[in-house]
Amino acid sequence: MSGERLHIGFIPLCDAAVLLIAVDKNFCADEGLDVELVREVSWSNMRDKLNIGLFDATHLLAPVAIASTLGLGHVKVPITAPFNLGINGNAITVSPELHAAIEGAAAGDISDPLVSAQALARVVAERKRRGHEPLTFGITFPYSTHNYHLRFWMAAGGIDPDEDVRLIVLPPPYMVESLANKHVEAFCVGAPWNSVAVDLGIGYILHFVSDILASAAEKVLAVRSSWAQENPDTLAALVRAHGRAAAFVEEMANRDEVGALLAAPNRIGVSVDVICRTLDGRLKIAPDGTVRESERYLRIGRGASRPDPVHAAWLYGQMVRWRQAEFSLDRLAAAQQVFRPDLYDAILGSRPTPRAGEPADHIGAFVGPPFDPADVARSANPKG
Amino acid sequence: MPPVRNRAMDPTPNLNIVIVDENPIRAAILEDGLREAGFTQVVRIGETANLLARIYAIDPDVILIDLENPSRDVLEQMFQVSRIVKRPIAMFVDQSDTASIQASVDAGVSAYIVDGLKKERMKHILDLCISRFNAFSRLQTELERAKSALEERKVIDRAKGILMKAKNLTEEQAYALMRKTAMNENKKIVEIAQSIITAADLLR
Repeated sequence: MSGERLHIGFIPLCDAAVLLIAVDKNFCADEGLDVELVREVSWSNMRDKLNIGLFDATHLLAPVAIASTLGLGHVKVPITAPFNLGINGNAITVSPELHAAIEGAAAGDISDPLVSAQALARVVAERKRRGHEPLTFGITFPYSTHNYHLRFWMAAGGIDPDEDVRLIVLPPPYMVESLANKHVEAFCVGAPWNSVAVDLGIGYILHFVSDILASAAEKVLAVRSSWAQENPDTLAALVRAHGRAAAFVEEMANRDEVGALLAAPNRIGVSVDVICRTLDGRLKIAPDGTVRESERYLRIGRGASRPDPVHAAWLYGQMVRWRQAEFSLDRLAAAQQVFRPDLYDAILGSRPTPRAGEPADHIGAFVGPPFDPADVARSANPKG
Repeated sequence: MPPVRNRAMDPTPNLNIVIVDENPIRAAILEDGLREAGFTQVVRIGETANLLARIYAIDPDVILIDLENPSRDVLEQMFQVSRIVKRPIAMFVDQSDTASIQASVDAGVSAYIVDGLKKERMKHILDLCISRFNAFSRLQTELERAKSALEERKVIDRAKGILMKAKNLTEEQAYALMRKTAMNENKKIVEIAQSIITAADLLR
């Protein structure tokens, strides 16, 4: 299998780091894989090109892998995710006007997501009373953690995300412009777009999504399940290369080199500084220069690589909750089987090791009972 | 929102087609093709701000979008539970014709159509898109080639002038000398010409 040619798609985002490093540090080549990386512009393209076989593997939104497997809104193509590229990494950014309104309506410290959600509910109710247009929030894709994090947070404050506000899909590069020209009052997006809005003085980062859930699968390495079955050796080589890349990325001594590789114009194409700050979890959150640090902001490597079916169950629970999917035990099982810790363990010779400080239910939502995959229909619907 | 037309009652619906393409030339080529084929209700959207609202206002039967447009993800929102009357489906949902889907992705175009639209009719439109998109990229390649040929011509002319002046040659002699040198050194004339220009610049 030496020199096996693979086409792999990625979107220029920081959480493509492990894939990009696996190729650019020759970890893939060492495994006998000749990978051509293809930079994509939309998740729809990515999904379609994976589905019809133009791509062998892709950097993919975790919920898209599940939606494709279940045939939600699109073609049913079972997907296998043997490696998790990132946990968390998104943030909620609001306009200065909305930030002031939330602060004004808050009964406490708005860094607490329950306080901010309840304050937002008051802002929303006041707008309705005055006959103003509902607030508009930008998300990146219907099947995205961004969508579910925003909805989960709002609902905890008593907002109906389908009735009380508008959620609209915007390509990430258009988010900042849309906030500037007031097409949206807020958005939930990954790096570097929140920082760009803050740097321009037109946005405040209200929350890291890790404030809402301590751990949520964000992007996965995705392959067609049929491809995984037909090419077990190639898959193993690919996962081994990713294992080495993740170890390389998480090693602080390599941070500058990783930053420089990822910053290249044909990779992520933003400044080394922005990439390093993102990987470090060190973000400017207000136009006055206030910086917030969190090791949970975005986890790449650092125990995040092993796919966790509990995360898949939570995502499916959100699809059910927001009427994207019907509930059935079969679908729940199918969703969980997208995430393959068994493949990960078999290929990398690892075993599950509980990580200090991880929530017992693997999710760590800021509100509601502990998450229980066995009862998604109930536990995905906390009453706040 | 305009009233919903009842397609089942209408044997020859005049389809409302929207083209979402930031490249105005390609969009125009596609629109021409559609009009020639008898589709008269064609609207082009180049600017993608407020895309969904504009599409809802037009209420199209078919949406054609280039695959290099990030706004394709915006269209995916149409598949969500919503208050929208019409439910479009993506071409890809019907996988019976894999070859045609592959061809459309290769050409760089994707189509969204309203549920219930006749498949043969859609295939006709998609085939038309594919050939027009491919024609456009051929045109672009030819344009690039013509441009670089022109550049080469300029370089050769300049080198010819340098040789004519330095060695007191006629135009034909200067060209013949460059051609001979290129053949001897197994290089292209333009490469020899470029070396002459570089050398002349250095010696100036």
